[in-house]
Amino acid sequence: MSASPHIPGPESDPLGLRLLKGMVRIRLIEEAIARQYGAQRMRCPVHLSIGQEAAAVGACAALRSDDQVMSGHRSHAHYLAKGGDLTAMIAELHGKATGCSRGRGGSMHLVDLAAGFVGAVPIVGSTIPIAVGLAFADRLLKRDRVTVAFFGEGATEEGVFHESANFAALHRLPVVFACENNLYSVYSPMRVRQPANREVFQVAAAHGVAAHQGDGNDVLAVYALMQAAVAHARNGQGPFFLELQTYRWREHCGPGFDNQLGYRPEAEFRAWQARDPIACLEKHLQQTGMLDPEPYVRYQCQVADEIAAAFATAQAAPAPTGLMDYVYA
Amino acid sequence: MREITYADAIREGFSIALERDPRVMLVGLGVPDPKGFFGTTLDLQQRFGADRVLDMPCSENAMSGVVLGAALNGLRPVLNHQRLDFALLAMDPICTQAAKWHYMFGGAKKLPFVVRMIIGRGWGQGPQHSQSLYSWFAHIPGLKVVMPATPYDAKGLLIAAIEDDNPVVFLEHRWLHQVKGEVPTGHYTVPIGPARLAIPGRDVTVVAFSYMVLEAMEAARKLNALGIQAEVIDARSLRPLDRDLIIASVSRTGRLVVADAAWSQAGMSAEVLAVATEGAYGAFKAPPRRVCFPDCPTPTSPALAAEFYPRSGHIVAAVRATLGFPADPNDLLVPAGVELDKPDPAFTGPF
Repeated sequence: MSASPHIPGPESDPLGLRLLKGMVRIRLIEEAIARQYGAQRMRCPVHLSIGQEAAAVGACAALRSDDQVMSGHRSHAHYLAKGGDLTAMIAELHGKATGCSRGRGGSMHLVDLAAGFVGAVPIVGSTIPIAVGLAFADRLLKRDRVTVAFFGEGATEEGVFHESANFAALHRLPVVFACENNLYSVYSPMRVRQPANREVFQVAAAHGVAAHQGDGNDVLAVYALMQAAVAHARNGQGPFFLELQTYRWREHCGPGFDNQLGYRPEAEFRAWQARDPIACLEKHLQQTGMLDPEPYVRYQCQVADEIAAAFATAQAAPAPTGLMDYVYA
Repeated sequence: MREITYADAIREGFSIALERDPRVMLVGLGVPDPKGFFGTTLDLQQRFGADRVLDMPCSENAMSGVVLGAALNGLRPVLNHQRLDFALLAMDPICTQAAKWHYMFGGAKKLPFVVRMIIGRGWGQGPQHSQSLYSWFAHIPGLKVVMPATPYDAKGLLIAAIEDDNPVVFLEHRWLHQVKGEVPTGHYTVPIGPARLAIPGRDVTVVAFSYMVLEAMEAARKLNALGIQAEVIDARSLRPLDRDLIIASVSRTGRLVVADAAWSQAGMSAEVLAVATEGAYGAFKAPPRRVCFPDCPTPTSPALAAEFYPRSGHIVAAVRATLGFPADPNDLLVPAGVELDKPDPAFTGPF
């Protein structure tokens, strides 16, 4: 399978370069959201993925455009990595009629069906069974699509995750559980939520789901793992669980940093920042002579223009009307 | 016209829906079991295959999300719960997910699926197998909620629910399953929304839900013998609720009794009173009355159950009160031979 349409650049470009561009685009978009959030035009909670871009980009790069993705509260990177429309997303954050959910959803309810991004919701774990249901229907209707459910490690503490994993394994459904383990559920560390000496992915394995753990900050590793997982699911071998270890840089919800609250050690934060998926890959590509700085900078300027245009379009867009529209189909 | 039981009407509705549309599927604990889910799903797996009529793990929560996802991707599933009480494990996918999805994604995708719940009663099913909590679902915009009382409506509303493009909660009272009534063969639908005028009358409006429609019909017969003409409205659609029919009836009769085998506080009976008060305030000749469960959990012992379940006599007593007639203690006597924890004298338990 060739690299997916979801990463920037021609197929002749090195995979690493395309994955890097995919990550840096998302980083620049979310940094723009963070910068503009204080203007109070985006009046909805935002959960930024900064620091966690590799999981989204590496995983979605292994998907076909007709494969489907669902996510949770921290969904910007998944939406964008799957090819979700940037202008519609920024408009949605601004609560505008042109938003991807026509202003009814906001940051926590992104959707782009044309891109195969079926939806995101902030109730932890709630999209997991829905993703399994998408896969169930695909199997019954004899489509060879794969569905990916992105969620955090906190979702594996929800009963519905276990019920969903059991059912997916029972019916060998074509679903990949992509679990980004960023160590914290809001401020609550793993040690107050899960027993020590038990890995998250092992819980999935106990349900009969093929399960692997990988470096969620290494986009090439994520891509390779995901290729195997997708092939497994698409070939009828059943569900696959990927635990991708990563780290959220900014506060759980909002544009800033919150290390001053003291809920996580500064040394831990710095160690993870040193493993920045973008900086690490830039360095790797430079060392191997695959990163030409001039076109890379030019690409980032193009993205900056694209972001500026999306914000300008969103701010000029009409507000939604029709409070009672869409309650029923 | 031929008469069949309510359970057979459900089964026939399923059969027709499965035949007409390959996207329709049934899932639920015990759907293919030897007893066929109280007879309502008998032989359907043999006829339509284990892909389309399937059992499931004890996972009400996840399976509710699974049917939501399956509906998003082109199926029209029906999730079956043998008791409403089990569906309560799935409040997130039903209320927070399904009810909101069409709205919060700006109409991006339809969610055509049905969640079927059965309300138990009697033979010691007690606090956790007899809850009538449909008002919870009726509270929520985005859901449709229906609760047919007759075999005709059971089949017609079931097919309508399956063909609807929205999530529909479909409720059956367990004591209706063996009730017989006229049911046409073949495909037909009963529209979701309109209530049914079961008996026209001029003196008092009795709005009844599900099984209580039968008790209200019996009460109307008793009242008729007293020279009182009760109008009985079968509120078979809880959401949307047929406000117009309720308001029009109360505007004519000036008197209202609501019969709901559920708790009164914040229940459907409260909603009917509110609707009638808002829409027909000036017409009331007497305070409205409610015939509901006592304000305690459902007891298990038959000795206590006799006090718990309201019946036609309670409706008669409430009607007398709205007419200013003196109370008759005989109204509330349990008739000889009637055991309130058994649907009929031949029943030997368990459910």
